[in-house]
Amino acid sequence: MAWTRNVLRVNLTKGSITTEPLNMQWANDYLGQRGLATKYLVEETEPTVDALSPENKMIMTTGPLTGTMVSTAGRYSVVTKSPLTGAIACSNSGGYFGNEMKNAGWDMVILEGKSPKPVYLYIENDKAELIPADDLWGKSAWETDEQIHAKHQDPLVRIAVVGRAAEKGCLFSAIVNDLHRAAGRSGVGTVMASKNLKAVAIRGTLGVGGISDPTKFFQASQDGKKVLAENAVTGEGLPALGTQVLMNVINEVGALPTRNHREVQFEGASKISGEAMLEVRESDGKANLTTNGACFGCTIACQRISTVDKDHFSVKDKPQYHGNSGGLEFENAWSLGSDCGVDDLDAITAANFLCNEDAVDPISLGATIAAAMELFEEGAITVKDTGGMELKFGSAEALLWATEVTVRGEGFGKEIGQGSKRLCEKYGRPELSMTVKGQEFPAYDPRGIQGIGLAYATSNRGACHLRGYTVASEILGIPEKTDPLATDGKPGLVKAFQDATCVVDSAGICAFTTFAWSLEDIAPQIDAACEGDWSVERCLVVGERIWTMERDYNLAAGLTGKDDTLPKRLLKDVAKTGPAEGRANDLHKMLPEYYEVRGWTTDGVPTDETRSRLGL
Amino acid sequence: MLRSLQIEPEKCTGCLQCEMACSYQAEGVFNPSKSRIKIFTFHDEGRFVPYTCTQCTEAWCLHACPVEAIVINEATGAKEVIDDICVGCKVCTIACPFGTVNYNQETAVVQKCDLCGGDPECAKACPTQAITYVDSDHSGLERMRAHAAQNLPQDNA
Repeated sequence: MAWTRNVLRVNLTKGSITTEPLNMQWANDYLGQRGLATKYLVEETEPTVDALSPENKMIMTTGPLTGTMVSTAGRYSVVTKSPLTGAIACSNSGGYFGNEMKNAGWDMVILEGKSPKPVYLYIENDKAELIPADDLWGKSAWETDEQIHAKHQDPLVRIAVVGRAAEKGCLFSAIVNDLHRAAGRSGVGTVMASKNLKAVAIRGTLGVGGISDPTKFFQASQDGKKVLAENAVTGEGLPALGTQVLMNVINEVGALPTRNHREVQFEGASKISGEAMLEVRESDGKANLTTNGACFGCTIACQRISTVDKDHFSVKDKPQYHGNSGGLEFENAWSLGSDCGVDDLDAITAANFLCNEDAVDPISLGATIAAAMELFEEGAITVKDTGGMELKFGSAEALLWATEVTVRGEGFGKEIGQGSKRLCEKYGRPELSMTVKGQEFPAYDPRGIQGIGLAYATSNRGACHLRGYTVASEILGIPEKTDPLATDGKPGLVKAFQDATCVVDSAGICAFTTFAWSLEDIAPQIDAACEGDWSVERCLVVGERIWTMERDYNLAAGLTGKDDTLPKRLLKDVAKTGPAEGRANDLHKMLPEYYEVRGWTTDGVPTDETRSRLGL
Repeated sequence: MLRSLQIEPEKCTGCLQCEMACSYQAEGVFNPSKSRIKIFTFHDEGRFVPYTCTQCTEAWCLHACPVEAIVINEATGAKEVIDDICVGCKVCTIACPFGTVNYNQETAVVQKCDLCGGDPECAKACPTQAITYVDSDHSGLERMRAHAAQNLPQDNA
């Protein structure tokens, strides 16, 4: 069975907590986590609901493999409607929280309504209670984590929490668990804070069992681990350099967005790369990277555990930032680094600590600061708006200032906290916002990697690399190499990645396994753990069903095919340097074919035939 | 030949595969809270440290037990708890200087590492060889070798 088959439902308006059995028909159709929770959201809420109203629901959800010995199987997701995009939001996190939720006996925690006063939810196996959190409101995520641990006198409680940014309405607030793992994107933390819910703290001691076929399961999970260990990316690159293994690679292929996507290569890339994190600092004789770490159950261990130089201006005389904490991922190093033109590794690491401390998505934050920097250089924003700060590209001081005021919801930070789209609209330059459906781009420029442009344009949660990571194929040659500058074949490639990722995100495992695993490796592990026959073919149908359900939700929420587009800068302004010099993204050559391979109309609406084929 | 669990914290990533393997072997479910081996995270220091019973020769737990529920497995050297004899008095948990014997409120007896009868699951599950099962007489061999290597000329080291 693998699922616990139990759902915890918390109505924050009434303060009531009830339990119910998991809908197993839906579990069979949508697997778990991303797919299953989205099905619940679709059935229980109106897509047109205001994301920050009590009528929106927020679901914390594990997958059937979460908490088992399958490598990386400690994931959970947060599914809700996004206040940033108005589309479906599904943000996925590692750490230890997901496993703890499963060990407490819950596949899903459904949070509805809005508490009249700040509270946190404490779950100890089958006992759950809402505890007043007036004393925690206004505290950072890190302080809140510490205080809840102290209150329960239990170091093994796992806590997911929102920071000050979410309380102040920052639209890209995250939910941080285990201090530096995050359900990062689309403002899921903003939704949580809108419900006056400060944290969810869980202690689970029941164990995860019910493996359908233990002999097959141990063989399949062993086989899976072997594949990960022997793969160059998951076995060597990621443990040694983390996702930061990509910084120099992506810069060289001319797809590293720089200074708000004005350019596609960054002269300072090597200074903020994974390799640079290993170099010993002159000042204190230490490297930025202390060690690598793993999320629950993960045999890859790509986490960066880092320090900032104690004498660096960003943390000088601030001892709370002198210890080790979650270091730079490629995405954060890019958004806070090259997208802002900043090549100061310590400054970027410190800004990343601030994002973790107050639970903010560093991708959207960095990209919005980059947009603000361009607005400043263009004269649309002045020192009058910033209160004196020269918000210039390349300024580490400006980066730290903008990060601090945004994560704490102070002054001009409140405007940055509205995201790049709203900021650029407010200051009369909407074309400078590098977003799709209101969500900021991640670290790959679609002029240098054509397929990822289509993946961004059609992503169900706005611009995102994790909805269909065609970079794997276009740059790394996984599962096979395609030309990053070609558009032929990309619609089919994007669809294949999108559907497979739906399965990965619904199973309880990490997307990074797919550097090494295909569904041929994943399906046998699901099949052995779960009852019923989980073939690759069935997984593919489930993946496509989930993707199409999300699409239908977005259409019902008011989005249309017209939203499947990219900013003009990427469609018209050609890359100035690198292998993609002279190229824009040729979305128009890919999008019609994409709709066709999806079985959608030319307006991007799934046809009745497609819906009926998928059982929707 | 007796073998011992050898722990090298600098190799540990904190993935808890060992805790899952241990609890599954002992309880039939993946349940880190019931694992006999525990991983401790020292966040500020950036270090993960596995810790479990070292199977003392003169075992405090064994001597403290009033009902002789802890016995030596001659083949493995492990000090094993006989569940049927254990009365759950917890004196052994007080006697152990390292805290590696613990009470299990579900079973109402104490639990500790028994080396899985000579084939420890934690060592097999560890993806980074932070936990290995080695010749008891030479558990320091790798560390000796590393120090010995310091004698090599610098350009060969």
